[in-house]
Amino acid sequence: MTDGTIPLTVDGRPIEARPGQTILEAAEAAGIYIPRLCWLQGLSPSGSCRVCTVRVNGRPQAACTQPAAPGMVVENDTEELRALRRDLIDMLFVEGNHFCMFCEKSGNCELQALAYRFGITAPKYPFLFPQRELDATHPDLLIDRNRCILCGRCARASRELDGKALFGFTGRGPNRRLAVGAAAGLGATAADAADRAMAACPTGALLAKRVGYAVPVGRRRYDQAPIGSEVARPAGGE
Amino acid sequence: MAKPKVATTSLAGCFGCHMSLLDIDERILDLVDKVDFDRSPINDIKEIRGTVDIGLIEGGCANEENVRVLREFRERCRLLISVGDCAINGGVPALRNLVPLGECFEEAYLSGPSVDNPSRRIPDDPEIPRLLDRVRPCHEVVKIDYHLPGCPPSADTLWAALTALLAGKSPELPYELVKYD
Repeated sequence: MTDGTIPLTVDGRPIEARPGQTILEAAEAAGIYIPRLCWLQGLSPSGSCRVCTVRVNGRPQAACTQPAAPGMVVENDTEELRALRRDLIDMLFVEGNHFCMFCEKSGNCELQALAYRFGITAPKYPFLFPQRELDATHPDLLIDRNRCILCGRCARASRELDGKALFGFTGRGPNRRLAVGAAAGLGATAADAADRAMAACPTGALLAKRVGYAVPVGRRRYDQAPIGSEVARPAGGE
Repeated sequence: MAKPKVATTSLAGCFGCHMSLLDIDERILDLVDKVDFDRSPINDIKEIRGTVDIGLIEGGCANEENVRVLREFRERCRLLISVGDCAINGGVPALRNLVPLGECFEEAYLSGPSVDNPSRRIPDDPEIPRLLDRVRPCHEVVKIDYHLPGCPPSADTLWAALTALLAGKSPELPYELVKYD
């Protein structure tokens, strides 16, 4: 250990964390991709989606909230954890109404990209087809709750980066919904198309109007290479 | 040796997946060399005549007739493949799952802005297959062996899957061929 760095291993690969880093941040800096959905760089972690679950000295932990500690033995890319993550992604699909074939976010969607990464060709759980509401009251923005996975990234970005706190949640369990701070809808809030919250949505639940389908199929973010390719580097490479 | 037999059908689909199959271009000449087509919209044969090696299902189940055809395919096909998003998750027809069936009929035949229906009657001829309460993916009705997502799956996806299946392998698709749109 030098300069107060924290040594740990991820899938047997030795890495060093800086004090204060989470497992996910330390792995990211070392070029190891830990799949995640509700985590976004620059926002406080929430540990709610559990897609980043790793085993730490044998125990399941959310890599985005767990601080790195000396000597941790972290398992990340194992068959067991890949299966767990695949099931979580699967459930997010059947719990909402994700019509990828006409969604403006298709090709740039992190939920879809994770499903591609895990090679999901069909869900193993039955579709629920829940009733969800649209909010098209804002002139430049749209909320489609059919596609909302309740990750809370918009709420955290609005609070922490925009200083607006426009979003929150109402209801519990299957009735949990994204809410906005005005009974009349998003159009009655201070929401602006330039807000960081709007770009924080991993799916097509928060969209800017009139800009969809601008990038042709084949050139979208996840058309050619899986999500996580931008993070992963082979061991020893810098 | 007899050639493997392929049968195809479109249930609650738009025939886009069949168009994508035709989109394999000149490879279709290879395909007709390699397989015989049983029931398919491509040759307009209406009923499966024998035992089929590979059945390709486009579309999900929206009505009783879809279910009957899907079960017939399952009985007659050694391998059954869901082709495209409608077969896999209901697709665009499944948008009606968000609206009660009675309201769908009312909108389509009674109260819709472009409806001209002086008899005020909702079509109920016994010849018309009855709709299911909701559109279902094929794997919720019968066992499906493989799924090829896409709207439609690209010609390359269909070709890669078919050639793998004909070689006796499972169709493991490379990253760029698994798409939901």
